[in-house]
Amino acid sequence: MFRFIARRILQFIPVLFVIATVTFFMLRLAPGGPFDEDKKIPEEIVRKIEAHYGLDKPLWQQYLIQMKNLLKGDLGPSFKYPKHTVNELIAEAFPVSLQLGGLALLVAMALGITSGLIASLRPNTTSDYVPMAIAMLGICVPTFVTGPLLSNYFGLKLGWFNPGGWFFPEDRVLPALTLGFYYAAYISRLTRGGMLEILNQDYIRTARAKGASTSRVVLRHALKGGLLPVVSFLGPAVAGLLTGSFVVESIFNIPGLGRFFVISAFNRDYTMVLGTVLFYATLILVLNLIVDIVLVWLNPKLKFE
Amino acid sequence: MPLAAEVPNLTPSDEIVPDKGTSLWLDAWHRLARNKLAVASAVFLFLLAIACFIGPMVVKNTYYAQNLELGPTPPSASHWLGTDKLGRDQFARLLIGGRVSLMVALCATFVSLTIGVFWGAIAGFVGGKLDGIMMRIVDILYSLPFTIFVILLMVFFRDLEAQFRWLDRFGIPFNLLLLFGAIGVVEWLTMARIVRGQVMSLRKQEFIEAAQALGLRRRRIIFRHMIPNILGPIIVYTTLTIPAVMLLEAFLSFLGLGVQPPMSSWGLLIKEGAEVMEEYPWLLLYPGAALAATLFALNFLGDGLRDALDVRASKD
Repeated sequence: MFRFIARRILQFIPVLFVIATVTFFMLRLAPGGPFDEDKKIPEEIVRKIEAHYGLDKPLWQQYLIQMKNLLKGDLGPSFKYPKHTVNELIAEAFPVSLQLGGLALLVAMALGITSGLIASLRPNTTSDYVPMAIAMLGICVPTFVTGPLLSNYFGLKLGWFNPGGWFFPEDRVLPALTLGFYYAAYISRLTRGGMLEILNQDYIRTARAKGASTSRVVLRHALKGGLLPVVSFLGPAVAGLLTGSFVVESIFNIPGLGRFFVISAFNRDYTMVLGTVLFYATLILVLNLIVDIVLVWLNPKLKFE
Repeated sequence: MPLAAEVPNLTPSDEIVPDKGTSLWLDAWHRLARNKLAVASAVFLFLLAIACFIGPMVVKNTYYAQNLELGPTPPSASHWLGTDKLGRDQFARLLIGGRVSLMVALCATFVSLTIGVFWGAIAGFVGGKLDGIMMRIVDILYSLPFTIFVILLMVFFRDLEAQFRWLDRFGIPFNLLLLFGAIGVVEWLTMARIVRGQVMSLRKQEFIEAAQALGLRRRRIIFRHMIPNILGPIIVYTTLTIPAVMLLEAFLSFLGLGVQPPMSSWGLLIKEGAEVMEEYPWLLLYPGAALAATLFALNFLGDGLRDALDVRASKD
């Protein structure tokens, strides 16, 4: 197992290197730059600023300097928030996104697994059709429709929550529901599918024949195997939650990393964009590794290869 | 096994009438036709496509004509779905937006289909080391935050638009082309995996070996025996890719990165509607409902096709 983990972590290095390189050159070869403002800044000042950030050097030199700094874990200064480094900005904004994503994942797992379980116990009855119809609704109504609707109805009409912002604990509710519902729908369908397959297996029949109660059969014997599809979906789900938070953060006015990223991309804040992309990529690679470890742990048929 | 029950009891006097052979496709067609939800979805999508492609030419209001004095009005006889802040007819904007959304979905899916099928087929056919490398690349790309790259592509290459003005003469805005490309290069991974898996398992099947033993040429084996067998999963997965792509387009347009006004797309309409939904809720509701209904229909049709072509069973 340790060899497996070590090998996977070693693989991260070339992957992150390629991502850094591709992103770097994509940013630089695209037209426009961080200091093209609508208001004209005098040429001389622009040149001074660019010299300050080393943007006047040949591109390959900039690339080497950037790579050297990245190796040291230094993501560089932000161009648009001159007093801050990218490391500081990420450290400030990411906890917000993490909280939002974590809560949404919690919502998704709780709602999704419960409803999927209920649906799988009596397939093709009302208690199957209703949750599945709701799940289909959840998959087909995107977050940027549900978000404004929830914000308007529960925020403005009923006044139960603030329609936006991220100040009080209760401000977490609507964004987490908005983001979580879509994944709840997916997880619900996967749970149902996985459970139906497992419940038809011989060992479940054996457990039933030996007189185990339904709840014991489901919770003790079937659940572990039935949730395998859900666990393998968690990798892509986490990536989706991170990017999905871009929209939710902008709907509810949340100062998270997703919103920061979109704004910096618009502003052509080279270092901020590169830093955020690398940060997200690392995060997703690590989370995928964790998911793979959990999968092997849950499924005795798999081995660490 | 239920098979035993189907063997008819034959006496020597019975004339053996061979069953009329049905092809895989005819079979699938019958199964699909029995699935009411899938048929209804197909009909809905067909009507929607006609409405979106012909509608804008028939409807008397245009999607870009502004009427600032009128401003936002609720649905009425002259504006079926009301008007927006600038007094533009929402029905016309919904239709033209649907055309853009459907077109982006189809073209981007086509791009991803082409890349995915070629990548998967080559990896599957050649096998060995090359297969290992190609699939490793897919695995790695899979684990990356690809939406982020689409966002980057969209933001950074938008400014190239000035150099591609000549495209407008052909009625293709550069922006849309960028959208097709950016989404297409991202969505091909699953397709590549499916096609490769299918090719790999087919190569080991006896009827392919038999065809090889009979001395059929490689090209004939590929076109006559392999492609028809791979087509099922490809069709099913393509139907399921279209809603994913539509959603991504709407997502990008919602962030202000996709289609730009005065052009419209459902994502853009939803964005504009969400900004004013407190005062003019119909501006969010109709495009939201249109997008949701279309995604519904595409998903149901995809599920129906999967059952009809029996894709899941053939994968195991």
